[in-house]
Amino acid sequence: MSIQNINVALIGNPNTGKTSVFNQLTGLNQQVGNYPGITVEKKIGFCKLPNNFKANILDLPGTYSLNASSIDENVVIELLLNRNDKLYPDVVLLITDVENLKRNLLLFTQIKDLEIPTILVINMADRMQYKGISLDIPYLEQHLKTKIGLISSRKSLGITELKNLIVNYKSISTEPCLNASNIDEDYFNKLRKTFPNQLLYKLWLVITQDVNFLNLDRNEIRSSFTKSHSDLKRLQQKETIKRYQFINDVLKEGQKIDASIAKDLRSKLDRVLTHKIWGYVIFFVILFVIFQSIFEWSKIPMDFIDSTFASLSSLANDRLPAGVLTNLISQGIIPGIGGILIFIPQIAFLFLFISILEESGYMSRVVFLMDKIMRKFGLSGKSVVPLISGTACAIPAIMATRNIENWKERLITILVTPFTTCSARLPVYAIIISLVIPDERLLGVLNMQGLTLMFLYLLGFGSAIISAYLLNKILKIKGKTYFVVEMPNYKLPLFKNVAINVIEKTKSFVFGAGKIILAISIILWFLASNGPSSAFDNAEKIITEKHQQENLNLTPAHLQSEIDSYKLEQSYIGILGKTIEPVIKPLGYDWKIGIAVLSSFAAREVFVGTLATIYSVGGSDNEDTIKNKMKAEVNPITGEKIFNFASGISLLLFYAFAMQCASTLAVTKKETNTWKWPIAQLIFMSGLAYFVAFIAYQVFK
Amino acid sequence: MKTTVDLLQIGDKATITHVDLDKIPLKLLEMGCLPGNELEVIQIAPFGDPIYLNVNNGSHLAIRMETAHEIEVELIVK
Repeated sequence: MSIQNINVALIGNPNTGKTSVFNQLTGLNQQVGNYPGITVEKKIGFCKLPNNFKANILDLPGTYSLNASSIDENVVIELLLNRNDKLYPDVVLLITDVENLKRNLLLFTQIKDLEIPTILVINMADRMQYKGISLDIPYLEQHLKTKIGLISSRKSLGITELKNLIVNYKSISTEPCLNASNIDEDYFNKLRKTFPNQLLYKLWLVITQDVNFLNLDRNEIRSSFTKSHSDLKRLQQKETIKRYQFINDVLKEGQKIDASIAKDLRSKLDRVLTHKIWGYVIFFVILFVIFQSIFEWSKIPMDFIDSTFASLSSLANDRLPAGVLTNLISQGIIPGIGGILIFIPQIAFLFLFISILEESGYMSRVVFLMDKIMRKFGLSGKSVVPLISGTACAIPAIMATRNIENWKERLITILVTPFTTCSARLPVYAIIISLVIPDERLLGVLNMQGLTLMFLYLLGFGSAIISAYLLNKILKIKGKTYFVVEMPNYKLPLFKNVAINVIEKTKSFVFGAGKIILAISIILWFLASNGPSSAFDNAEKIITEKHQQENLNLTPAHLQSEIDSYKLEQSYIGILGKTIEPVIKPLGYDWKIGIAVLSSFAAREVFVGTLATIYSVGGSDNEDTIKNKMKAEVNPITGEKIFNFASGISLLLFYAFAMQCASTLAVTKKETNTWKWPIAQLIFMSGLAYFVAFIAYQVFK
Repeated sequence: MKTTVDLLQIGDKATITHVDLDKIPLKLLEMGCLPGNELEVIQIAPFGDPIYLNVNNGSHLAIRMETAHEIEVELIVK
């Protein structure tokens, strides 16, 4: 028997455990990408089924209904309306939560109207008894015209049965559950007569939604069947009421809830976690623990990676035949890769904490607690999620603003999110803090370096909030102020979900940033190893002659390092660095740091890699770690350390404020649909960074 | 007693009698805020806004007071 390939789409409300079902079916056999042209995450996985079936499983964004209010939700409708789509589902798995069956069935009845075979998957079935719920499955299957899979994705129950249901998808009725068109008989009859070959509900979706629709000219439908916006909305309300009437009737017979049995952990936890004092105390303690632990726990693996790459570099230098290629490998590529991999521990910890907060349902309580306060600054409670996940990376954080209903609040959130301390700033902070802040304990417990890092995070949040306040005063945008946030049940985060999330996010970060860092390292190495003038090529001769003239007796090692640094100054990068030196000198940086700052405008994390490359080219020994090389750098004229307290603080502040991330600018452009906002971000943030770093250096000098 | 949701206290239960469509997002209706359905106030945030509701026996959501003001209800006397 030949293998049959089928497409399976997972659709459901947010917080129904859709992603855990996806992980259960596909394991690690999944690919994460983007839908063409938009930055909505597209997750596809593969799954072997009985009877030689193979399934492409598509995890679609969570949605409450087919009436889309964001581009994430639009993805669902566009796929379901386009039969020619490569991923058009042969069967839909509608994932619902057993405690919220009623609301989830709304989406179910809508998809049934599209006449796609739809299996109703009732997740978290293991909680039924605990919640006092009992279901009459045969009754529900009969009236909802479908097959039901009772599963628990957390406890891996019912997955085999679900796979069998998928294989037999052809036996599932494609008949709609109810006739929703009698909300306005005349209108829908006319529509049916004009387009006899089209599904009525499809037409209705085209009229009410902003979706692309390939087979039909929507202008034609719209012009002849147009209604005023409020008339359409009234009809949509009628439709929703109609569907709920049907659902209520079915559940009256098919579902019994004994409230006296139900044990309620939710309300007990809510009482504490949204308490007017304890709620905030707990929130700040959680934040504090996260940030202290990121610095303390990541230290050991980071030091290990750092020294491993330093010795790898010298190994390559010793073992490979001397030449240009060896130099590129040992001085450009290996330090470059080391500069990327060193972030892995901290990034993984950050994503770990963020996914635990989201998975557990706690994040919604924070949104609830913070909304009133955030509104004073022109933000929404929902801005908390981007601002917190901005500590991992501003790019997904800016995309996470999509669920903010009000455009002004959303725009301000997008504009200020890059102030939060993203993980790309961490390696810069980490290395500079370890150079200029003493590793001592305050009051015997609090690590000074950890405190400095915490202060930098608070500074990031602080500047985001203050800028938001200013923007709120400046921007004149009126808009609807809707705010609806679901408060999901508390759940123990599933190890598998958290682990997959951490691995996926870290992987995409390392590879995404890795490409840029590697490319820049190689370019920098080339620029540092070549020079335009004869002075570069004859460096050895010039320095040797100079010393002979001055009659200085130097050790050969000292002479070699003089030659190396002269060579570096005469290289392309040296000339470039010297050119920009006047601009950065008031901030306390030498030209080498200047190059690192400049190359950081592609991506901040390039900083350490750049310094690694520059110092590797300059120095003859590769055994030393980057940190030790930085520590050893002195100003050749004054003999003062380059990385001292004043220049260190100035650098920290510069990186705290400056907009140095090409990808963030690109995503801001994408989400706001204009270059105006990313350019404003670039100018305002970087200008502020220069100003603050200047003041700091002049004060501490 | 007729009132609006923003005036309810924590623990109050009420039946929705009317929602002003032009001032309320469709999403809220889809989550169960429809005339005839019951709601219960679970919590009000520390500074008096937003309000956390259990709508239609299972749909837990939080909305701002200005939206809550547009939902008319009949208070259920305990």
